[in-house]
Amino acid sequence: MIAVIDYGAGNLFSVKNALDYLGYENVFTNSADDLKKADKLILPGVGAFPDAMKMLAETGLIETIKEEAMKKPLLGICLGMQMLFEKGYEFGETEGLGFIGGSVKLMTPENLVIPQIGWNELIMNKECPILKDLGEKPYVYFVHSYAAECDSEDVAAYTDYGGRVTACVMKGNVYGCQFHPEKSGETGLRILRNFAEL
Amino acid sequence: MLAKRIIPCLDVRNGKVVKGVNFKGIKDVGDPVECAKEYNRQGADELVFYDITASHEGRGVMLDVVRETAKQVFVPLCVGGGIATIEDFRDTLRAGADKVSINSQAVKNPKLISDAAEIFGSQCVVIGIDAKRNDKGGYSVFINGGRVDMNLDLGDWVKEIEERGAGEICLNSIDTDGTKAGFDIKMLNFVCSRVSIPVIASGGCGKLTDFSEVFEKTNSSAALAASLFHFRELTVGEVKAHLNEKNIAVRGV
Repeated sequence: MIAVIDYGAGNLFSVKNALDYLGYENVFTNSADDLKKADKLILPGVGAFPDAMKMLAETGLIETIKEEAMKKPLLGICLGMQMLFEKGYEFGETEGLGFIGGSVKLMTPENLVIPQIGWNELIMNKECPILKDLGEKPYVYFVHSYAAECDSEDVAAYTDYGGRVTACVMKGNVYGCQFHPEKSGETGLRILRNFAEL
Repeated sequence: MLAKRIIPCLDVRNGKVVKGVNFKGIKDVGDPVECAKEYNRQGADELVFYDITASHEGRGVMLDVVRETAKQVFVPLCVGGGIATIEDFRDTLRAGADKVSINSQAVKNPKLISDAAEIFGSQCVVIGIDAKRNDKGGYSVFINGGRVDMNLDLGDWVKEIEERGAGEICLNSIDTDGTKAGFDIKMLNFVCSRVSIPVIASGGCGKLTDFSEVFEKTNSSAALAASLFHFRELTVGEVKAHLNEKNIAVRGV
């Protein structure tokens, strides 16, 4: 069973819809017991970094997430991916979950629109089990203004948006997608299936 | 590189797909969920449901359509038509829409743009505009399906939209809509040069080269079409194959 962590941030039903469609048992939950019983965890996210960290803290789940991610795969999506890092710089400095070294900063591409909204290509940086069998030129759907700056060692894939932008990260059991796999058509469904089958 | 998006629009009334030609002469064809799945198979980058229902019951049916589509189609969904309040935004997003499009209501109540952007985020606020060339050499904004001239300058309006935090503009040219003679390149350039948020081109496409032309001659991020796809004159796949031949980045070719 996959636990999709519910901390009250925005419309997160699409992740559940995608897991239901793929036929993976899942629960949308804010219960520590559910997180402990689950085989895998997904941390979704829409909105701003400080608000999301505050809401997550209010659920009292942060310690449980940190403990469980030592034992089972965790996937952060969009803002949920950004929260995996040490720090976020959206409206000041906010401490993140700290699974991966680095921070999340406003993108400053020259002559390009912020936010990046739309489909962009994944450029593989290292082998990653959730990015396998995606075919040639995998495009995924991004909606974001901030991006993670971290060691290349932790980056599974980049995308090109006025330079290299971190698109997918992995460190131990912890995975993160800056894009929305649940809105990225067949490619995104394949990524979610790869994660579910880990 | 960010791909140019091809967006089929489904006009929906009381749960059924329809299409008005120049806003008149509506024909009733098709189940919206099935149409959405077909467009997804063809490679649509996003889907727009435009609700032309007038009744309260019809709106509930529309949310059911969105809910059902969101369970089966995993690309961004945008819903427009009849959205007038923050509550309407919330209901639509909760049904599974990723974006909400407003048009006349944004002109009548511009604060709705800033309120929605603040509460739900700019990324889900799309402003639809119906505009027409005026005799002063500029463009005027119309509402109510292109029927009412608001004496509002298009240049001023798009600036205000951007300042209020809208995420995207969907620009429909009343002059080219339904003509199949191509997108309104001049009007699109007029808007693209004034804002830095993505602009979606709408109205006028009738053939493959209209799509390559709009991306070669303007900074539009996406192109939207309804009847062209609905009546199977072109498929999304054919449009993308053509763009790919012209070295315009698109997804899934």
